[in-house]
Amino acid sequence: MRLEILNSGYRPGTRLLFATIRMFSGRPLPDAAKLVFYRPGFYGAAAKKFTHEAMRGPSAWSVADRELMAAFVSNVNESAFCVGAHTATAGQAYRDRAKVQAVLADLESAPVEHGLQATLRMLGKLTREGKVGAEDMRDVLSAGVSPQQIEDALAVCAAFNTTGRLADAFGFQLLSPEDFEAGARYLLKRGYK
Amino acid sequence: MPAEDKKRAAHQVLVERVLTGAGKASPEQRARAFRNAGVPPPLQALIGKVATSPAQVTDADFAAAKASGLSEDQLFELVVAAAVGQATRMYDAGLAALAEATGDERPGNAT
Repeated sequence: MRLEILNSGYRPGTRLLFATIRMFSGRPLPDAAKLVFYRPGFYGAAAKKFTHEAMRGPSAWSVADRELMAAFVSNVNESAFCVGAHTATAGQAYRDRAKVQAVLADLESAPVEHGLQATLRMLGKLTREGKVGAEDMRDVLSAGVSPQQIEDALAVCAAFNTTGRLADAFGFQLLSPEDFEAGARYLLKRGYK
Repeated sequence: MPAEDKKRAAHQVLVERVLTGAGKASPEQRARAFRNAGVPPPLQALIGKVATSPAQVTDADFAAAKASGLSEDQLFELVVAAAVGQATRMYDAGLAALAEATGDERPGNAT
């Protein structure tokens, strides 16, 4: 990563934890996981809690839908690490990689439900332009999405507009496809805690 | 607290930590990075990109910021503040638009 403290500035106990994870998983810890261990009282602890609540907390959206939103927002931001991670996670959660790829390639022709499609369209605009209006929200509501579902989607959007920015600014190292799939299995089993 | 407020409450904790928690950059520096406004020139290129075009950040942006005398810990905090700040503005904008669309007069902002 671009800051040396994020590569080697961890406390001895944390370094031991990283080594243990590497030994048991046979894979290095992804930079996304490392970042939240750096001075966790400043960012990591609160970020994990918010992200877990957004991605795994109570919601009418499935985990798969929320992982797709994370991949979609990351794709708009051209955040390669987060696209790789959440494309893999959404693909596993839906048991349908082709659906995820189709949404990222062209939302308008992708085989997704009308409400999810309208929600992704609004999140894309918000992420691209930094703003949305009441009219955009009425379009989503008229597609059958509840106000609570929109709030939940906005939380996912906020979480991944944060994480994606940090991934790109700090320069998270991309993983191999196999390692992204392994990370996805972990996220589906344990979440973001 | 109802389930629907737990996400916003957790986000609010994150915002407060980043703006006012213990850190090496001053709360004023962190607030400017969070708002992407009034950031001094050696740091502006980096913070502006984190907010608006994060995929364009380069090693040179970090080098320029370090050359201005900022430590790695200060840069860590300021980059995090910029990212959380931009995402918070989006969250607030979305919640405000939703409140307007549903005629909900409750204070709807995340911050």
